[in-house]
Amino acid sequence: MAQRLPSVDVLLVGFGWTGAIMAQELTEAGHDVLALERGSWRDTGTDFAPSFIQDELRYRYHGHLFEQTAQETLTFRNTPDQTALPMRRLGSFLPGTGVGGSILHWNGQAFRFLPYDFEIRRQTAARYGEAMIPADMTLQDWGVTYDELEPHYMRWEELCGIAGQAGNVKGQKLPGGNPFEGQRSKPYPTPPMKQTYGPALFGEAAGSLKLHPFPCPSGNMSQAYTNPLGVSMAPCTYCGFCEKFGCGNYSKASVQTTILPVLMQNKNFTLRTECEVTRINLDASGTHATGVTYVDAHGNEFEQPAELVIVCAYILHNVHLLMTSGIGTKYDPATGQGTLGKNYCYQLTPSVDVFFEDKVLNPFVGAGALGMIVDDWNGDNFDHTGLGFIHGGYIAAYMTTGRPIETELLPEGTPKWGAKWKQAFVKNYLTSMSISLMGAVMPNKVNYLDLDPTYRDVYGRPLMRMTYDFKQNELKLQDFALGKMADIAKAMHPREIKKSPRGPHYDIVPYQSTHNTGGAVMGVSRRESVVNRYLQHWDVSNLFVVGASAFPHNSGYNPTGTVSALALWAAEAIRSQYLKHPGPLVQS
Amino acid sequence: MNRRALLVLIASTTLTGAGMLAFGPLAHGQIGDFAKQERGRQLVAAGDCVACHTAPDGKPFAGNRAIETPFGTIYSANITPDAETGLGAWTEAQFYRAMHEGIASDGRRLYPAFPYPWFTKATREDVDDIRAYLRTLEPVRSVQRANEFPWPLNHRIAMAGWNGLFFTPGEFKPDKNRSTEWNRGAYLVEGLAHCGACHTPKDVFGADKTSQSYQGSEVQNWFAPNLTGDSRTGLGGWSEQDIVSLLKAGHNDRTTVYGPMAEVVKDSTSKMTDADLKAIAVYLKSLPASPADTPAAPAGNVMSAGKNIYLDQCSACHQLGGDGVKNIFPSLKGSAAVQSRLPLSVVRLILNGGHPASGPGSPNALSMPSFGWKLSDNQVAAVATYIRNAWGNTADPVSATDVKDLRQRVEAVNGAY
Amino acid sequence: MATASVVLMPSGAPAREIKGRVDDPWLPHQADAPAPLQDPGYVFFTPEEAAFVEAATERLIPEDDLGPGAKTCGVPLFIDHQLAGAFGRAGSWYMQGPWGKGQDTQGFQSRMMPSALYRAAIKAIDEHAVSSEAGKLFADLPAEAQDAILSDLERGKLDLGGADAKTFFKMLWQNTKEGMFSDPIYGGNKDMAGWKMLGFPGVRYNYLDWVDRHGEHYDQPPVGIRGRPGWNSTG
Repeated sequence: MAQRLPSVDVLLVGFGWTGAIMAQELTEAGHDVLALERGSWRDTGTDFAPSFIQDELRYRYHGHLFEQTAQETLTFRNTPDQTALPMRRLGSFLPGTGVGGSILHWNGQAFRFLPYDFEIRRQTAARYGEAMIPADMTLQDWGVTYDELEPHYMRWEELCGIAGQAGNVKGQKLPGGNPFEGQRSKPYPTPPMKQTYGPALFGEAAGSLKLHPFPCPSGNMSQAYTNPLGVSMAPCTYCGFCEKFGCGNYSKASVQTTILPVLMQNKNFTLRTECEVTRINLDASGTHATGVTYVDAHGNEFEQPAELVIVCAYILHNVHLLMTSGIGTKYDPATGQGTLGKNYCYQLTPSVDVFFEDKVLNPFVGAGALGMIVDDWNGDNFDHTGLGFIHGGYIAAYMTTGRPIETELLPEGTPKWGAKWKQAFVKNYLTSMSISLMGAVMPNKVNYLDLDPTYRDVYGRPLMRMTYDFKQNELKLQDFALGKMADIAKAMHPREIKKSPRGPHYDIVPYQSTHNTGGAVMGVSRRESVVNRYLQHWDVSNLFVVGASAFPHNSGYNPTGTVSALALWAAEAIRSQYLKHPGPLVQS
Repeated sequence: MNRRALLVLIASTTLTGAGMLAFGPLAHGQIGDFAKQERGRQLVAAGDCVACHTAPDGKPFAGNRAIETPFGTIYSANITPDAETGLGAWTEAQFYRAMHEGIASDGRRLYPAFPYPWFTKATREDVDDIRAYLRTLEPVRSVQRANEFPWPLNHRIAMAGWNGLFFTPGEFKPDKNRSTEWNRGAYLVEGLAHCGACHTPKDVFGADKTSQSYQGSEVQNWFAPNLTGDSRTGLGGWSEQDIVSLLKAGHNDRTTVYGPMAEVVKDSTSKMTDADLKAIAVYLKSLPASPADTPAAPAGNVMSAGKNIYLDQCSACHQLGGDGVKNIFPSLKGSAAVQSRLPLSVVRLILNGGHPASGPGSPNALSMPSFGWKLSDNQVAAVATYIRNAWGNTADPVSATDVKDLRQRVEAVNGAY
Repeated sequence: MATASVVLMPSGAPAREIKGRVDDPWLPHQADAPAPLQDPGYVFFTPEEAAFVEAATERLIPEDDLGPGAKTCGVPLFIDHQLAGAFGRAGSWYMQGPWGKGQDTQGFQSRMMPSALYRAAIKAIDEHAVSSEAGKLFADLPAEAQDAILSDLERGKLDLGGADAKTFFKMLWQNTKEGMFSDPIYGGNKDMAGWKMLGFPGVRYNYLDWVDRHGEHYDQPPVGIRGRPGWNSTG
């Protein structure tokens, strides 16, 4: 029998990046906020200090900062006719756990989406006609526009001290920036990072092809920075241990380095760790959340009442929690009816490896967001007529790391092990690099999330089931992009190159990106979305669901910037509208 | 060990109650004189009363915090206005006598862990205002525990002899040849803020070595730095603003406060007015430099090992040239704390790590990680010696024995690595 | 060093509650430090299993004029200790049934935890070697014959009974690379030989002065979590 606890004003499920944003915005407005986090407290000096964090085995391969499948996982299949099996080990994506969530181990690649993304259906149809959108592509607009989100993108960049070169400030095009980006109200808060040899060569080659290279907007600090909350971050030292690791010298934007120190001084904020929320509770009407049920590390069950519940977990858990709580109508791919679980998308990340004969690139001198980008084939920045796909992706030359277990670039035809493998690895380690695509993924009628009929988690709940594969849009985009990437690679005058496509079927084993999106999408009507434009649940008005679960499709960029802007946008709506007049913010 | 420091303020790792004062409307039916109480609140902050008078997990000012002294353990008094167990029944005159002469309401002599040798400098008006503020607190019933002193120190009458030798009651006498600001600073430093309790070396009786006032002293396995005008180990190279920033925020452009002083900043100096902090800075800047000493030269092989460790382990934060990052990572180059007479704080920070003060003006919590689990005594000694002698720094080398000794002492408090 | 911000909830809930306004729960001398290998000998493998793993990993990464092979680098010792620990018992993996073989894209589906998989697979491979190679164990075969068996494993062409050959080969090869290139505290990468071979400088945390030195070879030796010889003034 669950023990019932005293009620709180605002309850956050999960204390990662969106949880921290919500906690800051709502405590600042004077509300009492309780965050329930399933993982543990984490402090830079204690939990990921530079005295031990550079441990590839422990963090990358044993996943010391990641969620463990023993606690929570999902089942997976490529298509509805297959039997889904559990993801027993992490692979393709690496959700975090603990205070700070997944942003603790991100690279820091800090992009905005394009204005096109938010009105993708309308703009695609307007430019190419409705026929451009295949019948099985469940493409839809977001219900919010880039211009509405712009101040929140800006706020996020200022919180995080993002380093970059603007390309378009208030309509004025600036040299060295991304000329295709949506109009910015201000430049980046800090100048771009310095580039190492590899990205510099890529930038020169892209320039020689009349493309528009620009430095990756970076959550690794190019210089010391103090954010508007008064929290300081230090300059990045290019150690090459960003993604999959916590930053030991306070130089990567995270909950710990931007917001948490302020929250820890706010008496309105309370954090409870080692608490797994197992259910959102509704009243008898089914339209009002009364709070949540959670289980602590000892297996004790508690009922925590709350006036307002904000779900801020990783996207997969957001969707799973709604499903296991019976909130909303599950999506049915056969009929297209229902919304919960639909439009699950991912990211498409093929690469072209570039091998030089004698250029020493020192790949270990790196940073998560150190790299040069071209955006010429992203979004609708180019004419798609006759290409057979929509959207695109950015092409990047990153130099994030030279960690030797993970960094293995080998020329075509190299044996997979043995003496020749060793020779090739040693010969190419210092002189090779990779050009990659951050490819968009469009929603498809049969890519979706639901509950597995067979497998259960440690709390006895059905596991979530993911049905996902790359579809024609992705495969055609990949072919197109690999050609463009090879063109740039050749212009770098290497000894040789190697194309490394993904697919044809999505494989959950090799690491690709932790950019899962959708499943509890936002939109203009309850018929096609789970939450409204303010991330408020259509059916339960005192429930907000924040995170990439709200993305109706995944763009050709890393999602963190848009996750953050949406969270800040929703927080503002909660502060300025909802808490003054609780109830639906959008009438359906 | 800590034989000279009788007056120990804050040290263990279990201090609580920090910053939990509620300054709301007057509680508990006191007839308010807002101005007196508000002055009292600031003076209580200056005196850092909450630090000693709050037990771990106890209510603020309810006492029973164990104060370790070289002579035994003292438990602090309950200074909330509870009539029976606190100061509720004390008159203004009784309270003043305690602050001024170290004598309790019932005539018992107080031990100078209660810093009356400093508080005696406070004016009657200030003491009355302190009392006025303390009387606004929630009365907490909390009986003071008996002190744990060996004979003959358990005889409070012994304190009469100590007082006769080392203690002269008397309010602060302004120096008419100095500015008002200097005098305000002197009044605070010599009086309520009782800086010398930590920063002045003590003799075997626990009394100040007045000839070495503010030249730095060992306190609970930390080194309270030299506050005099010495340019290498003291405040000679500091501006008044440097001092104000440090006391306000716990860090400034050159360094960050760790250890007991971080608590002092959090509970006391960060709550003082800018004018008082400036006055303190003016006074400290007027202290004459301690006599120069000539440190021994470090061995080349030790410096070389230390340099390697520094490059591999320290430079990511403190930077290759030792100059740190302004307001984030302390500069080691030219640092008085690094070059201090005794290397206690430096070695201890390497072994244990450290957590700086944070306050509303400075919401940072940039911890220094601990290295005690991975560096040997020789390696800690080498890197400590290196930073004390690199980039123009000079200070005595640190030996592996020094490290081993301190490691044992801090492990006794913190448990093994 | 305020620590009282961590309190038991008054309601009796044993969860850890951290309140704002009382600073964060930092403690001195704490570090979530790694657990280095303690025992320099095999703790999991039988002598026969050790002989197999030494021979097999040495074929996967052989000694040559570029540097030592897996065996000299301590890879077998590394794998032994991994199998004896949390990895060996699949400590953090979802290991509930039912079990299905599934597609390659669905990933690891063995009901055997890694220690059991190694044990079963090595036994089956040695039995195969004995029966097909004139009574010789894998470790006693010439290099070419060992390579042929490893290739068969890689392609899933050997029937290992309950163990899946491809799954075992993938794990063995991954663990071999881990042992070759992970921090020496775990028993492999002896003397940082794996890192030296590549030119990887180890667990350094500051390349600030190398970012714009394009094309130059980095000039510092590798360093591990437990340091390098240059950290010792007597070394």
